[in-house]
Amino acid sequence: MPEMNLKKIEEGLFRVLMFCSTVIIATALFLIIFSILYKGLPSVSWEMLTSTPKGGFYFGKGGGVLNAIIGSLYLSLGATILALIIGLPLALYMNVHLIKHQKLVNGIRFMLDLLWGVPSIVYGAFGFTIMIFFGIRASLLAGIFTVTLFIIPIMVRSMDEVLKSVPRGLLESSLSLGSTKAETSYRVYVKQCIPGVITAVLLSFGRAIGDAASILFTTGYTDYIPTALNQPTATLPLAIFFQLSSPIVEVQNRAYASAVVLVTIILIISILARVFSAKFHKNKINF
Amino acid sequence: MKFRRIQIGRHLRDKIHGSWMVISLALVMTTPVFLLVGLSVKSWLLLEENSIFTLLFSKEWKPLSGQFGFYPFIISSVWVTVVALLISAPICLLTSIHLTQYAKKWVLKIMHPIIDILAGIPSVIYGVWGILVVVPFISNYLGPFMGKSVSGYSILAGAIVLSIMIIPFILNILIEIFRNIPTELSEASLSLGASKWQTIKFVLVRRAMPGIISALGLGMSRAFGETIAVLMVVGNVTKIPTGLFQPGYPLPALIANNYGEMLSIPLYDSALMLAALILFVVVMLFNFASRLVIIESEKHA
Repeated sequence: MPEMNLKKIEEGLFRVLMFCSTVIIATALFLIIFSILYKGLPSVSWEMLTSTPKGGFYFGKGGGVLNAIIGSLYLSLGATILALIIGLPLALYMNVHLIKHQKLVNGIRFMLDLLWGVPSIVYGAFGFTIMIFFGIRASLLAGIFTVTLFIIPIMVRSMDEVLKSVPRGLLESSLSLGSTKAETSYRVYVKQCIPGVITAVLLSFGRAIGDAASILFTTGYTDYIPTALNQPTATLPLAIFFQLSSPIVEVQNRAYASAVVLVTIILIISILARVFSAKFHKNKINF
Repeated sequence: MKFRRIQIGRHLRDKIHGSWMVISLALVMTTPVFLLVGLSVKSWLLLEENSIFTLLFSKEWKPLSGQFGFYPFIISSVWVTVVALLISAPICLLTSIHLTQYAKKWVLKIMHPIIDILAGIPSVIYGVWGILVVVPFISNYLGPFMGKSVSGYSILAGAIVLSIMIIPFILNILIEIFRNIPTELSEASLSLGASKWQTIKFVLVRRAMPGIISALGLGMSRAFGETIAVLMVVGNVTKIPTGLFQPGYPLPALIANNYGEMLSIPLYDSALMLAALILFVVVMLFNFASRLVIIESEKHA
């Protein structure tokens, strides 16, 4: 039966191909992490992590990227808090107040998904036009606003996925015991989903700290650690980007070292996110 | 008395929270309108003097003499996006079938964090990886192998980096789609005597087709708007690329590269904002169509 054999061969071939593509994906990740660590680790030093650029820094002389590390943390922290202030109430509103209007909620989800797809450079360009319009110069504040716009859809959609899983009975019993909708939202829903909400916040923070295109126009760049919201701010992604375009080897090496710092931060965030998300799945009420 | 005051306080608090929720909703839902209006107002200056068609199809990009032809950039964007999709589409499709149909538990346990971490790696890191690995690979091995001497900074380098970046994105959607297909379907096919592979080929993939196409559409729009990673490896030469090994200059890279000087040349900022507007509109349309197809196909499930 030659036809039977052909079928077997086809299936076997595709199983090999499927296995290979899975391996390719896993290898790609290890290759990325490994090449960054291999190239960057030798240049990571205490001075690089704890000092700001000194004279001649961009010609390979002393100093570090503390300005960019602190700047990135300020920026992402500010944006994450701002996004949380807008995003958490929105996600709760969709899942508590609008629970009877599923069509409307699905419309909002659709819109958020669309916003999620908007490239960060478009947010950057938009932030820039707003800055020009109001006459604000490139600053930490302008950067925080732009990044907030960019991470809100991510945060709300991840929280929404978590809040969606709360059984309706919990809402009904809370309301029937006389609590208001706001109390139900913040004291029942948030409490029930806290690990999931934390995961959503961490994911957004990771997005905020890693994005370069949205802050290229809006935060500027400086060698100093910002002390006020209206000052320009250095950030890690831009520090990597700028130093790598230098022809001087020492400066390039520092770009690789900065990449190690950024990768480390991102890895820590994803590990934390996984821990909290595992916790959420353990606490989840299943019906 | 005291009880009533607490009651009023509670309801007042409920009102305040409720209004803030509505305000947040309004803020977020109007964002696309603001984006559209903000970018349109800025690009209007340029559109007043040139028709959109000459801008889109003119090859001349000479900001100093007021000529803004986007054609080379649009073509570069299309090249990188399409090649990236051609690389990542088969990998994603095969992997998603493997993970949902064949893979053992331990494989899933390893692959889930890998996909998550890949999705979380910042684009500047992908760019650094591109410069460290992909560009030298093309200039030292692939180029000479094809009998060409190339710098490595090319459409192909951009596409390879992009393809890895969009893999987790497409893969997550595909896995979701394959999981949502009712198991009765494949059980019916298996009980009629079809082999596992035949069932996948003729039942699962056929059933998932609209979802697969829209997942690729979403991946494509993601690739179309990706900036920093591509910018770092694609070469950035204003010329219409004719081959994989040539440098290109995609639209997002154009915007990102010239923000410094755009205020010193008249209409330059307007041209860059128009580039952002084009990106926004194209990505929104792609996303809109793809999401709609996904929702429609889920309805039938």
